[in-house]
Amino acid sequence: MAKKKFVVGCFDDEAVLFPAVKKVRTAGYKIHDVYTPFAVHGLDHAIGERETSLHTAGFIYGITGTATALSGIGWIFTRDWPLNIGGKPHFALPAWIPIMFELTVLFSAVGMVLTFCYLCQLAPFVKKHHFHPRATDDLFVMVIECTDKTNVDDLKGFLSSNGAKEIDVQVAETGWWLGSYDKNEVLFENRTVAA
Amino acid sequence: MHLKYESQLREPLVYGDKTYHQVTEDIVRPIEAKPSRLWYIGFFTAVALLMFGVYSVYREVTYGIGQWNLNKTVGWGWDITNFVWWVGIGHAGTLISAILLLFRQGWRTGVNRAAEAMTIFAVMCAGQFPIFHMGRVWMAFFVLPYPNTRGPLWVNFNSPLLWDVFAISTYFTVSLLFWYSGLIPDFATVRDRAFTKLRKRLYGIASFGWTGSTKHWQRHESLSLVLAGLSTPLVLSVHTIVSFDFATSVIPGWHTTIFPPYFVAGAIFSGFAMTQTLLLVVRKVFGLQDYITMGHVEAMNKVIVLTGSIVGIAYLTELFMGWYSQNKYEGYTFWYSRAYLFSPYGWSYWGMMACNVLSPQIFWFRKMRRNLFVTFFMSIIVNTGMWFERFVIIVTSLYRDYLPSSWSVYYHPTIWEIGFYMGTFGLFFTCFFLFAKYFPTIAIAEIKYVLKTTGESYKDKMGVYEAQPLEQFAHDQTHH
Repeated sequence: MAKKKFVVGCFDDEAVLFPAVKKVRTAGYKIHDVYTPFAVHGLDHAIGERETSLHTAGFIYGITGTATALSGIGWIFTRDWPLNIGGKPHFALPAWIPIMFELTVLFSAVGMVLTFCYLCQLAPFVKKHHFHPRATDDLFVMVIECTDKTNVDDLKGFLSSNGAKEIDVQVAETGWWLGSYDKNEVLFENRTVAA
Repeated sequence: MHLKYESQLREPLVYGDKTYHQVTEDIVRPIEAKPSRLWYIGFFTAVALLMFGVYSVYREVTYGIGQWNLNKTVGWGWDITNFVWWVGIGHAGTLISAILLLFRQGWRTGVNRAAEAMTIFAVMCAGQFPIFHMGRVWMAFFVLPYPNTRGPLWVNFNSPLLWDVFAISTYFTVSLLFWYSGLIPDFATVRDRAFTKLRKRLYGIASFGWTGSTKHWQRHESLSLVLAGLSTPLVLSVHTIVSFDFATSVIPGWHTTIFPPYFVAGAIFSGFAMTQTLLLVVRKVFGLQDYITMGHVEAMNKVIVLTGSIVGIAYLTELFMGWYSQNKYEGYTFWYSRAYLFSPYGWSYWGMMACNVLSPQIFWFRKMRRNLFVTFFMSIIVNTGMWFERFVIIVTSLYRDYLPSSWSVYYHPTIWEIGFYMGTFGLFFTCFFLFAKYFPTIAIAEIKYVLKTTGESYKDKMGVYEAQPLEQFAHDQTHH
């Protein structure tokens, strides 16, 4: 995977971040990503991400579960081993509803979580480049990708004038790799860091 | 500019002058500090109880079900009572995280993490009882439907007991996924402020390499919402199906159509009581009073008085139907075996009535809802009452069947039955102590999300907007 050069601007307030995102995009810079400590509503649309289709996947997994339960039980009780239970019909649909429902939920939930982890490349032992350790604490970290034409100094000044508190330039891997977080990482030392 | 605005009339959900960083500090502090002496005492007491439970189960597995006092009519006793009791407790977590999310109840954010953990541990405890009740536990895998060399001999998909296998295992799996997917960003927070290599490594593994990317958050939100939507009918279905174990039978006292809603209300009732028991301790020990506020305690007490009253109506309806049906077996079970104080198990019925129906009525008074001692005491009372309820349903319906010659034996548990129950307490609290020490007990990211709308110091600044005319407010919020 290729390494790329990024200008990183850190904001300490989402109310400052939003106008900055708008201005950075209007100025024609390419926002690689914004890393936030919590889900900031509207930020996904502000940086131009399309709506996720994860819920559609969840629906498909769900009906797969329903179909699995119905066809599985149906086949077992009418074809494979028709069992006479008090002379009642072999195809006893009402009695299968609980299991059909449970498998719908189970398939949908498990499928969605796995899809979520796959799309976001989340798994144990996965490691990624973190642009700022406080992105999971209290900073909103805007990462702008540099192209050949980007004037880094201009961009830094531009971010600063739009309210970024810390600005630096990083060359970083964009993908993920297998690794552990205790290697080549700075440990958190200043325990009494002010907000 | 304020992105969001909430009326000052609502109580703050987060007290004190908090910044995002302060929220992280407050919630992660107990994880980073050395455990107190009290923690060790509690943890090792729980482990000791667990060991007693393991020994009790060892005896049951080695010598057979005869180690318990189940007899020819009381085939379900303490074991299934405890199973239903634990499953019921396991309902609050998903109710709080799913149903209250869909209902947009902001106060759930302070308590959902611990309640979900409680759910998972309670369901783990519940599962032990039907598994070991099978007797030959090494054949427990027979409940799984898979093509086998025994015919293939399939399970009975028309049986409520099999529905239970599916319901409980699905519930456990989905609750676990919901809980863990919420934990990933918070583990990343702990990882990024780790001050030893080991912590960094372990929380690095647990956080799955979470970065906080906007796209990931968008998917995370979508995932949480859909999982909440799925869990809402799921949580209702689980206790409904547990109630089918009884309601689809023809035993007087079990054969009633009121069971599903009655069981679900009872489950929420006992689940919230257990949540109160645990959270009152957690907030005190870890100093989280700013996050689990009196408002949270009061909200949960409101749920307790509501569901307690629903359960009360169900008890009265059952008594009414016992008379109205004019079925003498029904009448005998409800009016003699249960409601007559001096019948052999009358004590359990009136214990249940006192604990579940009468005493929670105290929560109609605001002063009582906001009193921590009353709340803690009541949470224990409610859980005792809910245990009585399951005991009443199971044992009073079974101890006298249609054949009076089988009536003579009075069922009481052996030490190993009690030991098994104590053991599940050990399992539950061992897990909960570990959770409280190593996991963020409050959802950090979710608190940060609601901080600027519901935090005390932010709400105080909203007075300006409260006084403004609407047009002015709308005008100021627009970007120029």
